[in-house]
Amino acid sequence: MTATLAIEDLKVALRNGAAPVLRGVTLQVQPGEVRGLVGESGAGKSMIGRAVLGLLPTDARITAGRISFEGSDLVAMREADRRHLLGRRIALIPQDPMTSLNPVRRVGAQLTSLLRHHLGLSKSAALARATELLVEVAIREPERLLTLYPHEISGGMRQRVLIAMAFACDPALVIADEPTTALDVTVQRQVLQLVERLRLRHGAAVLFVTHDLGVVAKICRTVTVLHAGRVLEEGETRDVLVRPRHPYTRALLAATPRADRPAEALRPVPLALIEQLWSEAHRLDRLAVAGPL
Amino acid sequence: MTEILLRTGDLSFAYPERTGLFRSPAMRAVIRGVELAVPRGSVLGLVGESGSGKTTLGRLLVRLLEPTSGGIQFDGIEISHLSEAELRPLRARIQMIFQDPQSSLNPRLRLAATLTRPPLLHGRMKTRREQRDRAARLLDLVGLPPAFVDRYPHELSGGQRQRAGIARALALQPDFIVADEIVSGLDVSTQAHILTLLKDLRARLGLTMVFISHDLSVVRVLCDDVAILNRGEVVEYGPVARIYSSPQHAYTRQLLAAIPLPDVEPGWLEESAPVVLPQQQGSAA
Repeated sequence: MTATLAIEDLKVALRNGAAPVLRGVTLQVQPGEVRGLVGESGAGKSMIGRAVLGLLPTDARITAGRISFEGSDLVAMREADRRHLLGRRIALIPQDPMTSLNPVRRVGAQLTSLLRHHLGLSKSAALARATELLVEVAIREPERLLTLYPHEISGGMRQRVLIAMAFACDPALVIADEPTTALDVTVQRQVLQLVERLRLRHGAAVLFVTHDLGVVAKICRTVTVLHAGRVLEEGETRDVLVRPRHPYTRALLAATPRADRPAEALRPVPLALIEQLWSEAHRLDRLAVAGPL
Repeated sequence: MTEILLRTGDLSFAYPERTGLFRSPAMRAVIRGVELAVPRGSVLGLVGESGSGKTTLGRLLVRLLEPTSGGIQFDGIEISHLSEAELRPLRARIQMIFQDPQSSLNPRLRLAATLTRPPLLHGRMKTRREQRDRAARLLDLVGLPPAFVDRYPHELSGGQRQRAGIARALALQPDFIVADEIVSGLDVSTQAHILTLLKDLRARLGLTMVFISHDLSVVRVLCDDVAILNRGEVVEYGPVARIYSSPQHAYTRQLLAAIPLPDVEPGWLEESAPVVLPQQQGSAA
């Protein structure tokens, strides 16, 4: 079986190669799989998503590695071919529902232009499909919502619209980049439920980028733990969370406050461990500069 | 009998809202009849979702806002309608730590200046030497190297900046601090360090705090009591141990159930309750 997404030894550096952010990342997402990508800020987790989507910052370069989508190499692919996949076969649920919609266009116009562009629907067919999609994400009065501007709806509602847009073209892969970070817990739960429902209905695999091990536990079957652009641990979520093998994963779990445990259980991540991990990462960089033996 | 440092009685706040160009503004209630009592040396957690009024309540407690009705007693003094001049001597004793240290620390000042300006304004220090020593001691107190007195805020990481924000609040040796969402933007590992620091400072300095957060897990780490705020009303209020083990109000239960604990729990994503929300208007804060 061909993996939906296969990343092999991916290296990305900023400032035209001077500052490494990904130091050889390997991960796979199989059809129908939801894989969590966890790490703290600076780990490079969002950078992986952006590399897959071809949306790296202008000063970032892929210096090594392959990104295969359903067997074809996204890095080597012609720009026109890759564009053909984006939004249709590979979709994004962005982090910030506040800034990811066009503020001067009505929700309906944004949804229908997406459907017309990617699926070639007529105006009326696109409108009908847009209404269906909004019903799917549990929006009660879809016809009314289509006539509103983004600033007229709540953050949770905007995130629902973005989820509807992501699944609109039945993509094979959805990259969810911290889609619930800005939301209240009760809204977060509803949004996670929606992502689960839609990915089952549309048969999509999901790469779920998050810093929250709680979110991973609830929605991801597998998980990859990232630090300083390196994969420290990966496996089935239930194994990684119950029997973490890497000290960093153990430390992250111990540092996560839990509403079901008394305060004494909290253990901050030891600074010595973070320093050790960074010095390992920098040693890798020096080896890379020295070149192969 | 424990001494109550801060007490509110039937505290309410409303602001005028224009509903149309030619209509007279209607009053919109944001805080309704809040009754709190914070014993000296304890930490009260104030929990609510966006729009619950938790930040407004925090600003009322430090009198950055004036209540529409009801009272606030700080150390036995009724402060709810004091003028700015009357508040001045109390300002040193009541401090606030803000969510975003990036915007609450003056970007043009080195930490030494930021940390000594409040004591200077309150006429507490004389010589330059005294000022630098004081700043260095404050940094040491929050776990930053004393050499950081010469740094600017942009030269610090997020966690370091939040430590500096805490040091700024401690500069006047206050006895009461309101901390508004001060760990919400931080990584898990940094967050745990800041929480540990606050616990430590509280024990060493005997601080009384109101800790505002949307995150019940974080509140449990630090607080003795917790008040759950929903649409400007306190729906449940009591000791942390009680609220977390047997929540009485449906809203508290809903909040607790929505927290994704890092345990695999099949069925958590199943829609026990219908996902449909009433159509929401207006943007979330």
